[in-house]
Amino acid sequence: METFRMQYSAPKGQKRNGPVKIASGLQEPIKRYHSITLDEDKCVGCTSCIKRCPTEAIRVHKSKARIINSRCIDCGECIRVCPHGAKHAITTDLLELDNYKYRVAIPAPAIYGQYRSARSRNHILTALKKLGFDDVFEVALGAEYVSNATRQYLKTVKKEKNLEGPVISTACPAIIRLIQVRFPNLMDNMLPLEAPVEVAARLAREKAKRDTSYGDSAIGIFFISPCASKMFSQYFPLRGEKSPVDGVISFQEIYMNLRNKIKSLKDDEIEDLEQATNYGVRWPSPGGESMALDINKFIAVDGIHDVVKIFETIENSNKFDDIDFLEALACKGGCLGGALTVKNHFVSQVIMKTMRDEAKAKDRENELTDLPNRDIDYHDILWDKQLEHIPIHKLDTDMAKAMKKLERMEKIADALPSLDCGACGAPSCRALAEDIVRDEAKITDCVFVLRERVRALANQMFELESMLPPTMIRDDKRDSDSEAEHRHESLSNDVNDD
Amino acid sequence: MAEKSGMHMEYDINKEDFNSAGEASSKVKKTLNMLGVDNKVIKRVAIAMYEAEINAFIHGGGGMAVADIYTDKIVIEISDHGKGIENLELAMQEGYSTASEEIRMMGFGAGMGLPNIKKNVDELDIRTGPGEGTDLKMTFKLN
Ligand SMILES: Nc1ncnc2c1ncn2[C@@H]1O[C@H](COP(=O)(O)OP(=O)(O)O)[C@@H](O)[C@H]1O
Ligand code: SF4
Ligand code: SF4
Ligand SMILES: [Mg+2]
Repeated sequence: METFRMQYSAPKGQKRNGPVKIASGLQEPIKRYHSITLDEDKCVGCTSCIKRCPTEAIRVHKSKARIINSRCIDCGECIRVCPHGAKHAITTDLLELDNYKYRVAIPAPAIYGQYRSARSRNHILTALKKLGFDDVFEVALGAEYVSNATRQYLKTVKKEKNLEGPVISTACPAIIRLIQVRFPNLMDNMLPLEAPVEVAARLAREKAKRDTSYGDSAIGIFFISPCASKMFSQYFPLRGEKSPVDGVISFQEIYMNLRNKIKSLKDDEIEDLEQATNYGVRWPSPGGESMALDINKFIAVDGIHDVVKIFETIENSNKFDDIDFLEALACKGGCLGGALTVKNHFVSQVIMKTMRDEAKAKDRENELTDLPNRDIDYHDILWDKQLEHIPIHKLDTDMAKAMKKLERMEKIADALPSLDCGACGAPSCRALAEDIVRDEAKITDCVFVLRERVRALANQMFELESMLPPTMIRDDKRDSDSEAEHRHESLSNDVNDD
Repeated sequence: MAEKSGMHMEYDINKEDFNSAGEASSKVKKTLNMLGVDNKVIKRVAIAMYEAEINAFIHGGGGMAVADIYTDKIVIEISDHGKGIENLELAMQEGYSTASEEIRMMGFGAGMGLPNIKKNVDELDIRTGPGEGTDLKMTFKLN
């Protein structure tokens, strides 16, 4: 095992102090940059996805499930639920690798749960390197730095800040966005530190500079990712001007190639690329982050819908005031269940257990019993931007007008059938009512309302048809009318004849 | 008239239905979000209203929640026909609670409800007395 000691230092030109408030201009880039997109050719407009979306961001229009950009938090639920594979996460084109002379892959630790056939972490890391990288650096190691920094932050926050409720983990970008759009009152609770991937990226870059003579622009750092939402931090780094990560490549994209490579590796080819301890390896599973924190009172919740429930409770009450840390992950099974993974997360959980046991054995050999002491000062990874609330539900900037709209919305909602059938393209009848008062939909988008209207119209036409002006009524018409009456009479006689 | 330009919402607090406790405050919170009310105020309303609702539920045997929202203030009234508060001064103290062991096991009865309500409202009007039920009127100013 390599024994060099890495010290984490703040990137050049960056202040060491707390967040700077950026008052405006923040919402727009976030609005535009989210990473889930629709493949219109594949989408059949089946409405499967609209109800799964935790922010009601999808509407089916003209048979296509379009995403309202400002609402999407990139949680990946729609990718998982779509039966036609029509929803995707944007990742980096593999051709971009060619833009760099020295390429480093930084794989998320969830990758260790993807390959049952891999005999060790080193097998996976070596095979990954052989796919076309000059070096491989574990994000799991970055995670251990984050754990050290988080321990420091938790201690100061308890002493200095009068924070109500638990500190909420921000390693999952979808959770940051969820808080931003739905739980603004929890923004102060967010852990304002960079995620493992960013920290690993900076460490990997430093190492690349030490190992080679290349300058910054020749070095490309590529995140190997299970995650649909990670591109967000690419576009919108919370520290510094530019993300330290140069590209994101999904597990799915390299799955087969990596698998074949792992299988064909010969024993003497295996390099020792493992640097993380079992703490870093455990990170991506629910509870993994909390268990590296040396605290007793934490909650770990996975799955975006359960996270929403917990956040609601925290926001409404003081019930969780005694909890120190809340680990929230958008995916069921944590990052092992990421939307860009291949293996079912229950299966990868089992594989991960083996990897962790291996890591633990190695830690014991190295006489490591606690979290390794990674050399970092939490100020060096502190966010330097403050996030702002994105009020996606606000009906109008003028409160009096918003009230009028809300009243109208309630009336419309009452007139709708409450079936939440989705045929209108909105996730619920209430959501359609909201869209209508926002002038984004019509009441007749509801098939039931439409049917009523058509029926009323048909009745009206029928009535009108019988109301010929007197000048046009002919004698034979009168005759046939009375004939019809006769028929009708005899018919009712038949019916009554029992 | 100010009365006319507001929004009015009413909810039952049913003592038989544990799930209904907290529902009114949750709905009011959603409404305030749609109206674009300041988050900090929404938080105060949500906390105070939730505590009052829970009190009406566990101590008052169920009752009613009424919310009136105007452009300059929010008025929440929680009322019940329960046993009333015997000694209001005591009840307002932090940590004072008459909650049974059973209720404490459910995670309530820390005696922080009323003090928390007081901390979060701009105006608080409590009408109560032994056998008279309890009526809490909470006002939150906007702007
Ligand atoms: N609606 C109510 N009806 C009857 N008693 C009440 C009501 N609300 C509060 N109380 C009394 O005041 C005490 C203090 O209330 P509170 O501060 O909310 O603490 P807790 O609910 O945890 O007991 C309660 O224990 C109860 O005796
Ligand atoms: S990624 Fe999540 S938030 Fe975005 S549209 Fe899909 S389900 Fe909704
Ligand atoms: S749980 Fe992990 S994979 Fe899923 S969205 Fe969050 S960070 Fe990404
Ligand atoms: Mg109480």
